Amino acid sequence: MLITRRAEFSSSHVCAQSALTPEENRALYGAASNPSGHGHNYVLEVTLEGEPDPATGMIFDLRRLKEIINASVVEPMDHRFLNYEVPPFDRVVPTAENLAAEIWKRLEPHFDDGRARLKNVRLFETDDLYVDCTGDRS
Amino acid sequence: MMRVTRRYRFAASHRLHSGQFSEDKNRELYDKCNNPYGHGHDYVLDVCVAGRLDIATGLVVNVQTLDALVKEQILRDFDHRYLNVDVPEFEKLIPTSENILQVMKDRLCAHWPSVFPDGPRLEDIRLRETRRNSFELKAN
Repeated sequence: MLITRRAEFSSSHVCAQSALTPEENRALYGAASNPSGHGHNYVLEVTLEGEPDPATGMIFDLRRLKEIINASVVEPMDHRFLNYEVPPFDRVVPTAENLAAEIWKRLEPHFDDGRARLKNVRLFETDDLYVDCTGDRS
Repeated sequence: MMRVTRRYRFAASHRLHSGQFSEDKNRELYDKCNNPYGHGHDYVLDVCVAGRLDIATGLVVNVQTLDALVKEQILRDFDHRYLNVDVPEFEKLIPTSENILQVMKDRLCAHWPSVFPDGPRLEDIRLRETRRNSFELKAN
């Protein structure tokens, strides 16, 4: 069975590599390379997979899930400029892909020994663009 | 491996009618969609790609490149058009959502290798005709 919890956070970022020219960055990242940055209302959907505990009827305590998401993602990232305030984005380009991978990395250890395992991290950068990360880096 | 999904929107009209069937059979099959002058929808198209996260760029796909491909191959011909008349594939094919998806997939796949020679791959496309009807087609 799958359960999905949604969270939101608002952050600014700029997508550019210091080794590239402004033109090269624009070709790769478009308007997201504008040097002063810009922001999004990110929507995060965290999906867990597991079987319900026969006693509680729950795969995972949703209140605990909310706390984990808040502590790992929302509190450190909400209303922050990712490049300046949230490592590793001082050296990693904060694309939606890298942000989803970082969120996976932060969440995954919380679910490695219980009934539920982390199945998918879906990160909406806008209504029209989202990334699914399953931790598979191959 | 990571998946990136990009959403596009277009408005188009269509009429579902087959010359192979009688008027009654068409009405029975397609119901209101058979009305003679056609009707329209605000379609939503989700294009899902899958690939490796490039360490250097932090990208699975260059979204601008994907946007340009979808605009060129799909939106330019489909948006604000009468599909039966304005899109050549539907001269012979009935523009059901199933057939629309197939035509879109064929158009994207025909150009995919030249636009994305090193990946990512096209994973699936999904078409929402109305809030209550959506269709999905795997690319492979």
